[in-house]
Amino acid sequence: MSEFRMPSLGADMESGILVDWRIKPGDTVKRGDIVAEVETEKGVIEVEIFESGIIDSLVVQPGQKVPVGATLAILRTDGKRTEAETAAKPAPAAPEMKVPADEEPPSKITEAPLATEPPRPRISPLARKRAEALGVDLAGVVGTGEAGSVTAADVERAAEQIKRSAEPAPKVSQKAIDYTAMRRVIAAAMARSKREIPHYYLASTLDMRRALDWLSVENAKRPVTRRLLYSALLLRAVALAAREIPEVNGFWINEAFKPADGIHVGIAISLRQGGLINPAIHDVDKKNLDALMEDMLDLVNRARTGHLRSSELADGTITVTNLGEQGVESVFGVIYPPQVALIGFGKIIERPVAQGGMLGVRPTIKTTLAADHRVSDGHRGGRFLLAIDRLLQEPEKL
Amino acid sequence: MTETEIREIVRQALSNVAPEVNLDAINPEKDLRDQIDIDSVDFLNFVIGLHKELKVDIPDADLPKLASLNSCIGYLASRLKQA
Repeated sequence: MSEFRMPSLGADMESGILVDWRIKPGDTVKRGDIVAEVETEKGVIEVEIFESGIIDSLVVQPGQKVPVGATLAILRTDGKRTEAETAAKPAPAAPEMKVPADEEPPSKITEAPLATEPPRPRISPLARKRAEALGVDLAGVVGTGEAGSVTAADVERAAEQIKRSAEPAPKVSQKAIDYTAMRRVIAAAMARSKREIPHYYLASTLDMRRALDWLSVENAKRPVTRRLLYSALLLRAVALAAREIPEVNGFWINEAFKPADGIHVGIAISLRQGGLINPAIHDVDKKNLDALMEDMLDLVNRARTGHLRSSELADGTITVTNLGEQGVESVFGVIYPPQVALIGFGKIIERPVAQGGMLGVRPTIKTTLAADHRVSDGHRGGRFLLAIDRLLQEPEKL
Repeated sequence: MTETEIREIVRQALSNVAPEVNLDAINPEKDLRDQIDIDSVDFLNFVIGLHKELKVDIPDADLPKLASLNSCIGYLASRLKQA
């Protein structure tokens, strides 16, 4: 038996409110499955489970406030099923409804509307038809059939409830986020960072001519769904440079530097409604530009619509902030604890560049490194920035 | 496809990348990015949304033509006629 505990979704998080469970006792889950929605100051986050197994019991009910580390659910990790589960029969359709001859047999598990959802309770084909006809989202329907299966009667009940309530059931993205609370959390994290981390700052100017020229040629060949943004090149260069200078990639914990196992680059995203979040793309050093672009577009989209996952908020090992689009020339950032470095990229500006005794004009970006002096010194930080520059001179290899 | 239908698709694509924005408050003649603070990732997601809905490719060089709501609708209408 194993306890699934409330994860910390950022250095500043103390507790969260369980909004809803996506699983129920008896469900099989695998590591990485989204099992719950938790509300924090950063919005509603989809929480992933860390182990595979079978859900034994849910300790916390929706609506409860849970401190980080508290037990949310009990998981059976030995793969044993209880007698009740092995004896459970497949879900029948609701007995008073007739199942037409061309329907799938009720024992088949029907797919939930969204392909990316975790394993759903069994839904009878008739229930599914009723849900479509009544415009009911099956994800929100509680099943009262055998083994928690969703019957047509359950769907009818849910439709009634929706009609009765003053507003339609709110989507996660429309849940009101308390931006005052978010601001307080950001304030605490930034104050802690400045208090505890001895920051040093380095700046460098990157020549972006080769990278941007290459990008232009590449994008002319690509359909819009596979276009590359220059920020993907920057993220790749940062990740590959972090392989060379590991002192910028990891955490300061218990008075020591712990280098991270992977390179998960956090992107500082400013929310239009106010507030700042820092979700990470995993393993940026191992992804090619196409995979990275896909992840980046998806991540920003989900950040905007409030569908981030716990691992994205907790796993960042180094952060990049790109204020270049806001017209800022250079940004000297505040490191996000317990990380030990933050890279800033400013606006692309044409600057005069001397090369081989000749003066030319090149598109350039001012890049900065804010780093923890307990972990690295200026020399190593400088080599990190040099590595980023060098990598961007060969964009085809990124 | 009528201009009204294209307008609706453009509004929906914009709403998908900026769900909290009041679309009715946008000046259709002015640059979108100035008005609603969307970044290059949001903009690319918006353009991809248009492409998926309308099934037209939008060359990189044409992206400046999508600067405002009206120019976007005009551009897409002419692309659809060509297709």
